[in-house]
Amino acid sequence: MIEHIISTLPQVLIDGLALGAVYAIIALGYTMVYGILELINFAHGEIFMTGAFIGTALFITLSGLGFLAVMPALLALLLVLIVTSILTGFLGVGIERVAYRPLRKAPKLITLISAIGVSFLLQDLVRFITELKKGNYILTGPSLFTEQISIKASSILSSFADAQIKSSTIILVVTAIVMMIGLDYFVNRTKWGMAMRAVAQDRDTASLMSINVNKVISLTFFLGSALGGATGVLFAVQYGTIDPYIGFILGLKAFTAAVLGGIGNIRGAMVGGLVLGLIEMFAAANLSVITSNVFTAEYKDVFAFIILIIVLIYKPEGIFGKAVAEKV
Amino acid sequence: MGIKKYFSVLGSTALLMSLMVGCGGNDEKETGSSKDSKVIKIATQSPLSGGSANLGESIKLGAQLKLEEQKKAFEDLGFELQLVPYDDQADPKKGVANAQLIGADADYLGLVGHLNSGVAIPSSEIYEKNNLLMVSPANTAVDVTERGLKTVTRIVARDDLQGPAGAQYAIEKLGAKKIFVIQDKTAYGTGLADAFKKAAEEKGAEVVGYEGVTIGEKDFNGVINQLLSKKPDFVFFGGMYTEFGLIVKQAREKGLEIPFMGGDGVDSSTLVEIAGDAVKNVYYTSVAGDTKATEEGKKFAENYKSKFGKEIESFSAYGYDAAGVLLESIKNAIEANGKKLPTREQVVSEAKKVQDYQGIVTKVGFDDKGDNTYAEVYIYKFNEAKYPGSLDGKVSK
Repeated sequence: MIEHIISTLPQVLIDGLALGAVYAIIALGYTMVYGILELINFAHGEIFMTGAFIGTALFITLSGLGFLAVMPALLALLLVLIVTSILTGFLGVGIERVAYRPLRKAPKLITLISAIGVSFLLQDLVRFITELKKGNYILTGPSLFTEQISIKASSILSSFADAQIKSSTIILVVTAIVMMIGLDYFVNRTKWGMAMRAVAQDRDTASLMSINVNKVISLTFFLGSALGGATGVLFAVQYGTIDPYIGFILGLKAFTAAVLGGIGNIRGAMVGGLVLGLIEMFAAANLSVITSNVFTAEYKDVFAFIILIIVLIYKPEGIFGKAVAEKV
Repeated sequence: MGIKKYFSVLGSTALLMSLMVGCGGNDEKETGSSKDSKVIKIATQSPLSGGSANLGESIKLGAQLKLEEQKKAFEDLGFELQLVPYDDQADPKKGVANAQLIGADADYLGLVGHLNSGVAIPSSEIYEKNNLLMVSPANTAVDVTERGLKTVTRIVARDDLQGPAGAQYAIEKLGAKKIFVIQDKTAYGTGLADAFKKAAEEKGAEVVGYEGVTIGEKDFNGVINQLLSKKPDFVFFGGMYTEFGLIVKQAREKGLEIPFMGGDGVDSSTLVEIAGDAVKNVYYTSVAGDTKATEEGKKFAENYKSKFGKEIESFSAYGYDAAGVLLESIKNAIEANGKKLPTREQVVSEAKKVQDYQGIVTKVGFDDKGDNTYAEVYIYKFNEAKYPGSLDGKVSK
């Protein structure tokens, strides 16, 4: 039993890190909006999904025009990432303007329902457009960054088995880390970031200090949605196939990650995402071995959520929840 | 309104039945006087509009081809054959409504249909009430024949044959010894995977793992890591093509080149799109055979094309063979009834006597339930990233 767990550990860590990085960046979108508006933006998972579709459509167009063959793949990815994140960023701002701002004075529940409505709208809109263009709604992009790099983990410790890492996984993790560090810097070190933190602490007082609250909220939605859309592109590159319903499960897990890390706290969301991804991958690979086939991999989510419940029982504000005063 | 309609249909059926009995009495006295005016109607029910219209129409056209070939033989017996296609729209409500229309018209002696098991099951209740023979060219759900209805027959294999057939093929033909089973936690996927697992264990293979995945997820690396450490030589998947495509692709990326197999749920061109080149060395089971594999089948495909200007679909020949069995039963019933128009009950009882009807794609012989004892499960394999796969072998019951 222990042998199995140790020998698969390097591979589990790599796969868990990739999944966790995706959870972490989506969780950022939830946590930023919650920090500033105390609103759970359930449409965020769908913004991620829309980003994945826009990115894949761009990749298909690029390869159709023959650009992918002449252009270095990394440059193409960078281009697609930038275009997609700008588009989804504005999508997020638009959603806030249309569906949330008119309801800002309304009870929180009303805005929550509005968010769920937006999420259904986006799902079916994307499905409709894809079906119109392609006949069915499952979209598969061109395969990029598929080189396998073998990691000789057995040379570190003889009981480890060798692991494999796809180059797209490296890109995914590196981009995620760059985005997270960039966001952390932006929020903590720049003037706009300070304004965001101020609005998060006290909206009314912030507006008295000549901060344009609406602008700051728009900016928050833009940043969160741009990051979500960019993650969608990375996700599409990593897994190849997407459908309009990927946002639901991933959004739910990312939201969980945000709660685990302490909702409203940016560093908490990052850690929460990584922890959830690692736990889930570990459970999927080892649960049946640990429980001698009583519980199999299909219970990985149950396992992950039991951990969540245990953490929240002892620390209801989440892992990083202490810093309540400094929400964003 | 529903009840009213139901009673009116029932009433008119009773009336027609009594008329028919009356006619039968008259016929005995004046045999041969109205020899050229007796009409026998055959109905088809399949979706002719909507998403699966393509397949539905192929069943209708297959049946139509058979009817036209048999027209002359029936004219010699003194009967005029007519085919009346109905559109069930793949909708149970529409199928039942059509079934009531068909049941009420005494000229109908049988029906070829349906495409969807979900439509066939409620509609067959109506056929049963009206003693009308149904020969199904495509329904695989176990419940179609398991309800003990005497008028229901089918010429394709049942769903619960697929798992054991896959296991037999994997172990006997592909030499699988250590098998890993994955399922998607749905009724279909679990049922298929369990049937496969049971049959594989009975045949002496070792099932080294049995795992479930969640529909809608895209990352299956957790389960694939188990494949890597348990080193099976064969993987069976019970579920649909989206998850299967991703599992195959992600497994191949990690260097697993072993064969994978799925049921008819993975029989889709989208599978090839998702998995790309990884689809090589992937098998799937299907109840529909490759019509063009035999000489007669090729001839049938040519006839079909010259007549309707279309390529055959997987169920075209099944529509043709279902109509063939139906007409054979009617012909036997005519003979048994002394060359006179048989009753529906006589047609049903003659159909159950069919034991070795040789069709284009399948041989037909019905057991007590109405299942085809010669039904086969076909195993297809992808040799290249192109849909459909090529026929690799078949397993009979």
